[in-house]
Amino acid sequence: MSEPLFSKKNMKLLSDPMNNSNPITVQVLGICSALAVTAQLKPSIVMAISVTAVLALANVIISLLRNTIPNRIRIIVQLVVIAALVILVDQVLKAYVFDVSRQLSVFVGLIITNCIIMGRLEAFALGNRPWQSFLDGIGNSAGYGVILIIVGFFRELFGSGTLFGYKVIPESWYIANGGFYENNGLMVLSPMALIVVGIIIWVQRSKNRKLIEN
Amino acid sequence: MNRNGNTYTFLYAAIMVILVAAVLASVSMALKPRQTRNFEIEKKKNILASVNIESDATNAEKIYAEKILNEYVVNVNGEQVDGDAFNTDLKKERAKDANEMVLPIFEFQTEEGLKYVLPLRGAGLWGPVWGFVSLNDDMNTIYGANFDHEGETPGLGAEISTVAFEEAFVGKKLFDNTGKLVSILVAKVGQVAPEEHKVDGISGGTITSKGLEKMLLDDFTSYQEFLNKKK
Repeated sequence: MSEPLFSKKNMKLLSDPMNNSNPITVQVLGICSALAVTAQLKPSIVMAISVTAVLALANVIISLLRNTIPNRIRIIVQLVVIAALVILVDQVLKAYVFDVSRQLSVFVGLIITNCIIMGRLEAFALGNRPWQSFLDGIGNSAGYGVILIIVGFFRELFGSGTLFGYKVIPESWYIANGGFYENNGLMVLSPMALIVVGIIIWVQRSKNRKLIEN
Repeated sequence: MNRNGNTYTFLYAAIMVILVAAVLASVSMALKPRQTRNFEIEKKKNILASVNIESDATNAEKIYAEKILNEYVVNVNGEQVDGDAFNTDLKKERAKDANEMVLPIFEFQTEEGLKYVLPLRGAGLWGPVWGFVSLNDDMNTIYGANFDHEGETPGLGAEISTVAFEEAFVGKKLFDNTGKLVSILVAKVGQVAPEEHKVDGISGGTITSKGLEKMLLDDFTSYQEFLNKKK
């Protein structure tokens, strides 16, 4: 039964969610938080890291407990594990990156309801060993995080003309300073996040035609 | 033991909950001092913002210490009483009887003269809203305002904490010509009020806007005696 740690099958657990089974663009899970936190790059990245921490740890914990969990209360056990981890993340953010935690406000708490996490626990961690579950957690949250960061990048760049809060579009380009450019106000509103996600899905499917349903 | 039996299930749930509670409680205690400090810095930043001084998490404490002239608490009759202005918990004060309530005041020396900062607290749609309003030394004209909230809807009620909304308060008056307190109306479209007592409300954030309006009126009413005395 012993299998190398980074066998081909294990690496697939990491790479699949980045493309063929991406939680956002293919499974369309976790959309709510993807719309809410991506107006700027920094909260997108913090959200991606937070979800990674929660999902990887929750997967490992549930996988370790998988043979002891009474079947009738397994959803509650999963929920307690997720909720406890989310509270830990929230406390750590409040203590070390206070301004980001203010920005993410309720959305950190809402990681609990992120369907990606519960979905992976139920579908993968309950039936697989800890190491595989860990890889699956990292893979899926990376797939989620990549989309968040791409959306956050475009929304901050075109919506506010900044990246990580630093001006990247020269001041002199703006109409107010006699230029020709204006920030797109729609980019900072959530509907535009949905449109950007839609465009990513379009690009992905036109490259990977397997994903197109008939 | 039978894994699907009731005894096992109950025991499992009980032990899990106790373990989780112990972990969360100890982490919360370990991080508390850092979090409290962050909240204090945030409060100083907000107070400074209400007197139109910009600061960030790294320099807020230093600027605050430089600019603050005086902080004290008064009662509803406007008399100075004993108390710690910065650490006064407005939520607890509001729950008290009017004659036991203390009201914090912060005095700042700015380039444009002496300013008085009054902390306010009220209710929005989903949770508390609060803020700091600074007055010129005529005790009537608003010099600056800073509002914040716990969980108002982003894009709607949460707009009260945007600079655009806060700036609308600058130059507005609390008292009319006869000296009567009218406070500031956070108006809906078509609502008629004198320009100097009105700011535009937030579309889609009516309950938050009205909650803020009530907070301004209620809290300025508590401060009224103090304001009259200082005039």
